[in-house]
Amino acid sequence: MQLTVLIIVLALLTIAGFQLGRSRAAATVGGRLVELHSVPSYHGLYVALWAGVPAVLLLAFWTASESWVVMQLVLAGLPDQFTAVDPQALSLLQADILNLAHGINASREPAPEVLAAAERYNRLHALGDWALLVVGSCLALAGLTWARGRLSPDMRARNRVERAINVALIICSLVAILTTVGIVLSLLFEAIRFFTVISPVEFLFGLHWSPQMAMRADQVGSSGAFGAIPLFTGTLLITVVAMAVAVPVGLMSAIYMSEYANPHLRTWLKPILEILAGIPTVVYGFFAALTMAPFVRDVGQSLGFAVSSESALAAGFVMGVMIIPFVSSLSDDVINAVPQALRDGSYGLGATKSETIRHVVLPAALPGIVAAIMLAVSRAIGETMIVVMAAGLAANLTANPLDAVTTVTAQIASLLVGDQEFDSPKTLSAFGLGLVLFLVTLTLNVVALRVVQKYREKYD
Amino acid sequence: MTVQTQFQTGAQAAALRQSGASVKMVAKDVKVFYGAKQALKGIDLEIQENRVMALIGPSGCGKSTFLRCLNRMNDTIENCRVEGLIALDGEDVYGRQIDAVQLRARVGMVFQKPNPFPKSIYDNISYGPRIHGIASHRDEMDEIVQKSLERAGLWNEVKDRLREPGTGLSGGQQQRLCIARAVAVSPEVILMDEPCSALDPIATAHIEELIDELRENYTIVIVTHNMQQAARVSQKTAFFHLGEMVECDDTEEIFTNPRDERTQGYITGRYG
Ligand SMILES: Nc1ncnc2c1ncn2[C@@H]1O[C@H](COP(=O)(O)OP(=O)(O)OP(=O)(O)O)[C@@H](O)[C@H]1O
Ligand SMILES: [Mg+2]
Repeated sequence: MQLTVLIIVLALLTIAGFQLGRSRAAATVGGRLVELHSVPSYHGLYVALWAGVPAVLLLAFWTASESWVVMQLVLAGLPDQFTAVDPQALSLLQADILNLAHGINASREPAPEVLAAAERYNRLHALGDWALLVVGSCLALAGLTWARGRLSPDMRARNRVERAINVALIICSLVAILTTVGIVLSLLFEAIRFFTVISPVEFLFGLHWSPQMAMRADQVGSSGAFGAIPLFTGTLLITVVAMAVAVPVGLMSAIYMSEYANPHLRTWLKPILEILAGIPTVVYGFFAALTMAPFVRDVGQSLGFAVSSESALAAGFVMGVMIIPFVSSLSDDVINAVPQALRDGSYGLGATKSETIRHVVLPAALPGIVAAIMLAVSRAIGETMIVVMAAGLAANLTANPLDAVTTVTAQIASLLVGDQEFDSPKTLSAFGLGLVLFLVTLTLNVVALRVVQKYREKYD
Repeated sequence: MTVQTQFQTGAQAAALRQSGASVKMVAKDVKVFYGAKQALKGIDLEIQENRVMALIGPSGCGKSTFLRCLNRMNDTIENCRVEGLIALDGEDVYGRQIDAVQLRARVGMVFQKPNPFPKSIYDNISYGPRIHGIASHRDEMDEIVQKSLERAGLWNEVKDRLREPGTGLSGGQQQRLCIARAVAVSPEVILMDEPCSALDPIATAHIEELIDELRENYTIVIVTHNMQQAARVSQKTAFFHLGEMVECDDTEEIFTNPRDERTQGYITGRYG
């Protein structure tokens, strides 16, 4: 309640600050705006920033720390016999207080001191909210008044506002970067926990994958083997099949679109092809599992091969179709980026269109095409849904695309589905796999981007 | 006029006129349309064998358009339509029995901006001969490459780095590489669209010398905005204005006593 009021107050004060700053700036020069260092709206923004930002920072800080501060105050008010206990009991006590404060009755009868503490918690909380409202409003008002008082014709309001914008932009990009770093670190720590149980050598070079661990000592049949090679080969197999579909088809359609299709057709064709990229992977998964896999099996059987109902071929093929727009769209872009002058040069020598494409356009676009393919590969490696649905979860070590295989991502998904204990090697192995996957796709992407960059430098 | 000093001597010019060179290409009433817009309004022009013909005129008057008609480079432009007759050795280049691809092997082109392929110097030159199957084995190709580079006056500068990328050369060297590339397929006519406009004076002088030497074996049509250059390298000059060919005559004639006052105005720098 108080929070809503405060936010409204802050918004109003900020808007008021903008208006006041603007009119004040105009007033300082008696309306002769050219005498101002910055245009009035920058003065307005300057005042608005001073009105809004400190109060918002206070608000953010308070919301983040309020519960903790109040709890500390409450605990400090309790007699020693409650607080001088081991940390676990202390956190139990805190939970009790919180529950009582929120009106949830604990199962056992609480001590009167604890009840009192809960009430105190509520009181302090309410007090804190009021205090925040008052302090926040005052802070905004003070900032507004102070900043407005500082306005003068030659104040560099524009530079200050731009610096503030700059800082805001930096903070935003830091958020993205820090999130990434956080994800990587958590992945790394869990993976390290896994590698203290299972040696990295066994993990990276073992030939047998069967992550079921015995829960009880007397349980049989679940040995727990963490050799990830079958997963790597399965991933490789499916990726190879997918690329065998996506690269030729994608590249050819890119060549057709950029070199042969007339512009009118192209404006139709390209978006349609890109729709393929917009289909959710689960839908591709249906298609793979319900249409492709039976089809592959029937065809295979009629030819006399033994095909399992879930096969790497079916999954890889559908994945390839999914990746076609990736390859074609990116390749189309790089082919279009090849300067017309090069084509003219080739035509001017009496080369035909196909000679020009083969000998001049494609070689010139090659680095970009390679980069596109690498991005597509990293996409294929990271794809999960289609594999889960169409290739199965059997970790077979095979090079036969008609067998069922599984991939790194599909295993991660299946390892973490459902209730898990987070200290069993079975669950932790997901992080080991995740780390490997991350490193591989990261390398691919970095290399691909490097190649693209080098290519760009050449023609700009 | 300062340009006058750079003419071939009167005796040379007279000799040329007398020699009565044969006609290599003819344009009759050539009209070009880009969509609905007419860029050329009926051009009549004769291009003589083993001569350099300069096309001059203010920007946008259709010089490049005309040049690109001569080897049908306009075919690659979507909405471009060509009317009238253009003949090479008496044969209609837009006729049925001539294929644009074959035509361009006979009428080569050098562009305004050097556009070497992103290949090695050697491959840049050998590209044309290879697609036309001119050389049957390696030695022959080596010879063609060397001869073309020599013709373009580039051999001594690049003979030790034939395997390096052509894009690594300087601008002037790149343009000579493009000339060598055009020469390598032994065309009969070479079209040059402002070949020196991206080059410094020394590289320009180099290429002008080269053009003069190439004249012995090839027929050359060159578009230029540089009056001195037209005067230095060409024997015939045609002045274009707003899609029309205003006048065409011996270069000396055009620059000393132009018949049309538009020509007069342009070469004396009153407009353009
Ligand atoms: N691809 C095109 N599409 C439409 N119009 C064009 C095209 N190319 C040229 N034009 C038009 O045709 C006219 C002649 O152009 P052209 O390029 O032949 O002139 P130019 O004499 O070579 O000029 P410059 O000396 O500037 O190179 C111009 O009005 C131009 O706008
Ligand atoms: Mg031009």
